[in-house]
Amino acid sequence: MNLTDQTWLWAIPALPLAGSALCGILHYLTIKARMPKRAHGAHGHDDHGHDAHGHGHAAHADHAASDHGAGDHAHGGDHGHGHAKVEPGLSAFAPWIAVLAMAGAFALAIKGFLGLQGETHALESPAWDWIDTGTFRIDLAIVLDRLSSVMTLVITGVGTLIHIYAAGYMKGDKHYAKFFAYLNLFVFAMLMLVLSSNLLGLFVGWEGVGLCSYFLIGFWYEKGWPAEAGQKAFVMNRIGDASFLIGSFLLVKLFGTLDLSDIVAGVSGLLGDPEKKYELLLAGLFLFGGACGKSAQLPLFTWLPDAMAGPTPVSALIHAATMVTAGIYLTVRLNPVYAASPDLLFFIGAVGAVTALIAGSTALVQRDIKRVLAYSTVSQLGYMFLGLGTGAWAAAIFHLVTHAFFKALLFLGAGSVIHGMHEEQDMHKMGGLKKHMPATYFTFLAGAAALSGLPLLSGYFSKDEILAHTFAHGGAYRILWGIGIATAAMTAFYTWRMVALTFFGKERFDPHHVHPHESPSVMTVPLMVLAVLSVFGGLLGLPPVLGSTHALEHWLEPVTAAGNALLAEHGTHALDHGTEWMLLGLGAVIALVFMGLGIRAYVGGTARDEKVASSAPGLARFLQGAWGIDAAYTAYVVRPMQLLFFVVAIVIDQFTIDGMVNGAGAVARTCGDRVRRMTSGNIATYGLWMGAAAALIAFLFLKRIG
Amino acid sequence: MNNLTLLVFLPLVGALLVAATPKAAVSAQRAITLVTMLATMVLGLSVCLDFDGASAAAQHVIERPWFSLPGASGSVPIAFKLGLDGISVLMVALTALLGPIVVLSTWGHIHERVKEFMVWLLVMQTGMLGVFLSLDLVLFYVFWEVSLVPLYFILGIWGGDRRLYATIKFFLYTLSGSLVMMIAVIALLYQLGTADIPTLIERVSSLPHGTQVWMFGAFALAFCIKVPVMPFHTWLPDAHTEAPTSGSVILAGVLLKMGTYGLLRFCIQMFPGISLEAAPWMMGLGAAGIVYGAWLASAQNDIKRLVACSSVSHLGYVVLGLFALTQAGLRGSVLQMVNHGISTGLLFLLVGMIYERRHTRALDQYGGIASVMPVYAVFFVVTVLSSVGLPGLNGFVGEYLILLGSFQASPWIAAVSVTGVIFGAVYLLMATRKFLWGPVTHKANEGLADLGAREVGLMVPLVVLCFWIGFAPNTFLDRTDGSIDALVKRIDAARAVRTAALAPVEAPLVATEGETR
Repeated sequence: MNLTDQTWLWAIPALPLAGSALCGILHYLTIKARMPKRAHGAHGHDDHGHDAHGHGHAAHADHAASDHGAGDHAHGGDHGHGHAKVEPGLSAFAPWIAVLAMAGAFALAIKGFLGLQGETHALESPAWDWIDTGTFRIDLAIVLDRLSSVMTLVITGVGTLIHIYAAGYMKGDKHYAKFFAYLNLFVFAMLMLVLSSNLLGLFVGWEGVGLCSYFLIGFWYEKGWPAEAGQKAFVMNRIGDASFLIGSFLLVKLFGTLDLSDIVAGVSGLLGDPEKKYELLLAGLFLFGGACGKSAQLPLFTWLPDAMAGPTPVSALIHAATMVTAGIYLTVRLNPVYAASPDLLFFIGAVGAVTALIAGSTALVQRDIKRVLAYSTVSQLGYMFLGLGTGAWAAAIFHLVTHAFFKALLFLGAGSVIHGMHEEQDMHKMGGLKKHMPATYFTFLAGAAALSGLPLLSGYFSKDEILAHTFAHGGAYRILWGIGIATAAMTAFYTWRMVALTFFGKERFDPHHVHPHESPSVMTVPLMVLAVLSVFGGLLGLPPVLGSTHALEHWLEPVTAAGNALLAEHGTHALDHGTEWMLLGLGAVIALVFMGLGIRAYVGGTARDEKVASSAPGLARFLQGAWGIDAAYTAYVVRPMQLLFFVVAIVIDQFTIDGMVNGAGAVARTCGDRVRRMTSGNIATYGLWMGAAAALIAFLFLKRIG
Repeated sequence: MNNLTLLVFLPLVGALLVAATPKAAVSAQRAITLVTMLATMVLGLSVCLDFDGASAAAQHVIERPWFSLPGASGSVPIAFKLGLDGISVLMVALTALLGPIVVLSTWGHIHERVKEFMVWLLVMQTGMLGVFLSLDLVLFYVFWEVSLVPLYFILGIWGGDRRLYATIKFFLYTLSGSLVMMIAVIALLYQLGTADIPTLIERVSSLPHGTQVWMFGAFALAFCIKVPVMPFHTWLPDAHTEAPTSGSVILAGVLLKMGTYGLLRFCIQMFPGISLEAAPWMMGLGAAGIVYGAWLASAQNDIKRLVACSSVSHLGYVVLGLFALTQAGLRGSVLQMVNHGISTGLLFLLVGMIYERRHTRALDQYGGIASVMPVYAVFFVVTVLSSVGLPGLNGFVGEYLILLGSFQASPWIAAVSVTGVIFGAVYLLMATRKFLWGPVTHKANEGLADLGAREVGLMVPLVVLCFWIGFAPNTFLDRTDGSIDALVKRIDAARAVRTAALAPVEAPLVATEGETR
């Protein structure tokens, strides 16, 4: 298929990697220039603690004056410029480098996309010979096929917009360049994830995005709790990653390779053997475990709300548009593995639906605007898995794309609000912002309309397609459909509650202290572009009933063909036009009705929340804490594990094992005391005894074995 | 110039030179040691580069008759025989590379009795290189013992407050292991009439099954103590906690590898059949060590002790992979020995550097170090990630191969071991958070000076290796190809014999074999 040399494909991930390295260097130069002139001699060969004390106060003063990030925004009426004592220095170039790297990658993604027309289904670069396992080799190549081109366009396209926005949002932060170094590094890892030809190469990206997520959640590490949130995210992701690894071992056992295209091609050949079919199911299940970690599904979703400790552009890029969709990508990538087992598919659909419900209901009562969006993201990812559970691969990717548009928009809009409100995230302390921040307001409306599924907007088509597929499957899938519909109602409600609390009604903040202001155009222009995409993104996948072809489904056909062929063996599920119209109408009605209810309940202020909290405090707490799941983990997993660690260290290791060792030592000493009286104290005599004993033991030993 | 005798004894020559200097000439002592270690490194690496990885045979072999011992059938010739093969090549390279790094690290913390310290460092280098290069069993044993003595002094003289306890514990543990091994060595020589390791490997299968089991057990016990494999590990945290930084680096970097190297060379290569029988137990111990070490590390507040416990966990991976007895497992383990030397060596260096500034190892005395020492923080984080097994860095390749190989041998044990991936992240990230992130809560930490040029310089080669092994592990794996292929063939042959023996048709044969005991 690819006769020409496609080495240039490596440039797609390499550009952001290079950008990251350059920004890293800029960061180093910036902080080095900012350091008080410490005597460099102190670093010489006698660098002991005591001579460092002399410099202590200077260093601390610098640290306090430049207390960065959130603090800067909080006081400077002119977002960052006013108060910040931090000279950007060389780091001012960082966003230019980072955005250029992103734009370059985006241009290359378009080049690749254009190259994939017609009969060309994939472009492949030469491979890097990575690990020779002794029985098979793990090669890394960049493969741009129909699926990865969609992902690459989203990552680099939405990513570029978010980078531009971040140039404004992070301005004045003392680690400005470092932020872009991490952000570009993240994009590199994400591109490796979607472009790798090999499952282990995908895993490089998989863990790489997790690492960048860890760094970026904990970006304001000096505050302490963001670092804890980052750690939680990394560890919970690692639980999924352990599962991923087991899945990969099973794939090696079944296919003797980790090459993705070989695995996809080999599935149908295995299904004749029941044992292998079972192992394939297990492999799919374990890989799905990995997907649950990365894509924040039950039972591993509790890290995502905490991940909001990171700067808002991070939430938009990583925790809404790209990284968290990696699990969906993985499942679609290996679609025949899942298609081979209807039970596994139903399981995935059920996990998705239940996650959507739990997270959607939790979003109803959150006060922190970012937490509403975080739970909403978990919920929407649940929809995507519900779609995958019906075998509707293209529908899941469709929702992934539209969600990337509107959720990135909403996060960035929320960031603009937080920015304008001087780091306030509590919606109860907002209200009436529409006149203060018109650009943010209008774009936010577009995002909210898309998320809540208002007719003809992007989210409307993509969500309804998933629900239609679920409905069409009948049987137990009807329960999942019911959950999906209920969640759609909640989605519309919490979305418009958020809009009403933030932008409508009266101002609930002290106008003497807080002066909300619109964000600069470097931030609002990306919002506008995303708003347009959120409104019209549905054109990618208009349902056939509207007399159009589903462009995205058609585009992805070469990727999903293998899975679809297997699904077809279990029978097809098509809806007649009447039902389809009915479902579309139902979706529209629900979105509109619950939008109305949400606005009506909250346009007047926060009274409704207080009423719920006082009339049903148990329920409010239950929903507030995401059905108590996180608290249960702390009580029944984290605490017992901590206890276990100490029991192991103190009781088992120190008292039992070491106790026996020391006990044996004591016995030996007592014996030695007795023996000492027999000996002369002469070293030669000791040696003699030792030699004799060794000889005796050797003799006895030889006698026994000889 | 690629002469193994020269390589082994060059450090000893340096030791003699240092010993000849006047006591006060500290700079001269340091300079001589550094130059000797650098020369040894250059020589060692050039030997390892001039090595054909595709061949299983020992290369650069040097053999001189030495003396002879009485045996069951006439006298047993003992030779001075050195050689390099795919099992030892990476260990030799690691030992040679760590030498100068360790010497440079002593600039910061060894200020008393410098001369003696340098002498012991150099003697130890000779001992360790000798252990990996010996192709004669007696010679191996001699080097094995020689390498123990210097650490005994390094711990006992330059150690921390509880150094006496730690030293005695270390010595008794290793000595009991050594004595058990000595018995097996004597028995082996006596029975087979040769001390030549390649010949022994060929002849061992002629011994009765029961004898082989006993000998395997004796070697395994000695090496398990050295590694250390849980539950023989309790000497290690004490030794590491009390040892000076350079002692910890050598201990973790090379000395512990003598244990895993021994398991590979003397247990698996010499007794492949018995290894197959023992494999489930040894893999179980490895898996237990992975999880147990990680749990232990999670409970520590002393950061050096935490790193020591992490060694128990990481070496559990090596033992697991070795006794998976598969291509992937063996290759992964050989690589992981190097990885552990690099990343744990780096961790001990980093812990030592902060200790030199703050004179405490308690985690709760730190916090926010990243704000004060940004360059230090970068090195620390990269090292932690290498230790956690992040793809793109060295630890991942080894861990993945080990887990893959052990999954092929025993899915359940592998499944238990995979949890080590989670627990590893738990204790390392927890330590990182308490150490680096958060606000600067202790006044004493506010003025800490960031790393100097010497400190950065001595770590850079190791960090480069972290990335190199992470991205191009084949540079290193290729050198082990021939030896590991040959080893796997031997294991497969032993497996075939065993399967045949276990088959009911062959039952009488087993009975007669058992009779000969």
